[in-house]
Amino acid sequence: MSLMKDFTTGIWKENAVFKLLLGMCPTLAVTTSAENALGMGLATTFVLVCSNVAVASLRKMIPSKVRIPAFIILIASFVTVVQLSMEAWVYDLYQALGIFIPLIVVNCLILGRAEAFASKNPVGRSIFDGLGMGLGFTLGLFILGSVRELFGSGAILGFSVFGAGYQPMLLMILPPGAFITLGLLLAGMNKLEAK
Amino acid sequence: MKEISRLLIALTLIAACSGLILSLVEGVTREPIKEQRRIQMLKALSAVLPEFDNSPDTDTVNLQNGVDKKGNPINTIFYRARQDGKLVGTAFKVIAPEGYSGNIEVMVGVKPDESVNAIAILAHAETPGLGARITEPAFKDHFKNKSLTNADWRVKKDGGDFDQITGATISPRAIVKAVKAGLEFYHQHKQDIVTQGVSK
Repeated sequence: MSLMKDFTTGIWKENAVFKLLLGMCPTLAVTTSAENALGMGLATTFVLVCSNVAVASLRKMIPSKVRIPAFIILIASFVTVVQLSMEAWVYDLYQALGIFIPLIVVNCLILGRAEAFASKNPVGRSIFDGLGMGLGFTLGLFILGSVRELFGSGAILGFSVFGAGYQPMLLMILPPGAFITLGLLLAGMNKLEAK
Repeated sequence: MKEISRLLIALTLIAACSGLILSLVEGVTREPIKEQRRIQMLKALSAVLPEFDNSPDTDTVNLQNGVDKKGNPINTIFYRARQDGKLVGTAFKVIAPEGYSGNIEVMVGVKPDESVNAIAILAHAETPGLGARITEPAFKDHFKNKSLTNADWRVKKDGGDFDQITGATISPRAIVKAVKAGLEFYHQHKQDIVTQGVSK
């Protein structure tokens, strides 16, 4: 039961994008389309689960004084694994995400979960925490990406929604659109929660 | 002292394990990545060249095209496409450094009469919906059959023959300039490009 709770906490109650506001750099930068957002979210989820497993299983061996560099080495290794695999097997996505794949290393969500959760909890719970947090992050990116793609190019996942006559709202795909969309989504959620 | 060595050993072990894992993954992915890059290259080549029956990615001429800031030579590779042994087109990559964000890499296919067969955008980081529309046929098709002699190589806004994209003049301008420079280089070295390495 508590495993389920670890899982769902990350998806909604402590959603990385909407509640913790962690990992804002990729959140704002790659959500120009729903597809990029999904790819980024899943890549981050993979790294997060792997790093949580590694940190949780090594947590008794890593001296606390050097835990941060140790975590960073582990995270950086998994990110490189993801980067190489994406280049080898999903080349198009690799090209679309570009520089933001190596930058997963500095996503504070991953280091944050290693420090706050995985370094204090057993492997099993850490896996579910990583999955929940990662999928919550993916969900957040996907919502943001879908809204921006919908208004910015009139499509979702490349399928046209508004038809050919739609005049795209370019602002939504440009960087300011990321801030505006995120702000409106956060405001909407606070309003819902306040009731 | 004792504590320091304990910290050192712990970190060294972790780093060594990571290194081991990474070298394994690198070994597994090396061939697929090489293959992916080759496929991408062939795809770009067939997009810009007329129909061919050889493999242009191995039939190449490598010429020096200026030097970079450090004085290292910059080379342009010319990929030659042949049909029944006869040269039907040449492709080369040009880099437009003056894009809106970062370099734009363009593959240009040239017919033997020095006019453009087609261009393809290999890599860019232009704004989606604006500058990124350089990848659409509506823009790329402008280059078809244009040569140094039959067109004014500027965007319409600057008085030339090439349509810019609404709201994005910078990216098309950069590409037009880079393709033009590429054609000029091709023109100057046409003899070498066509004949080098060909046995009589």
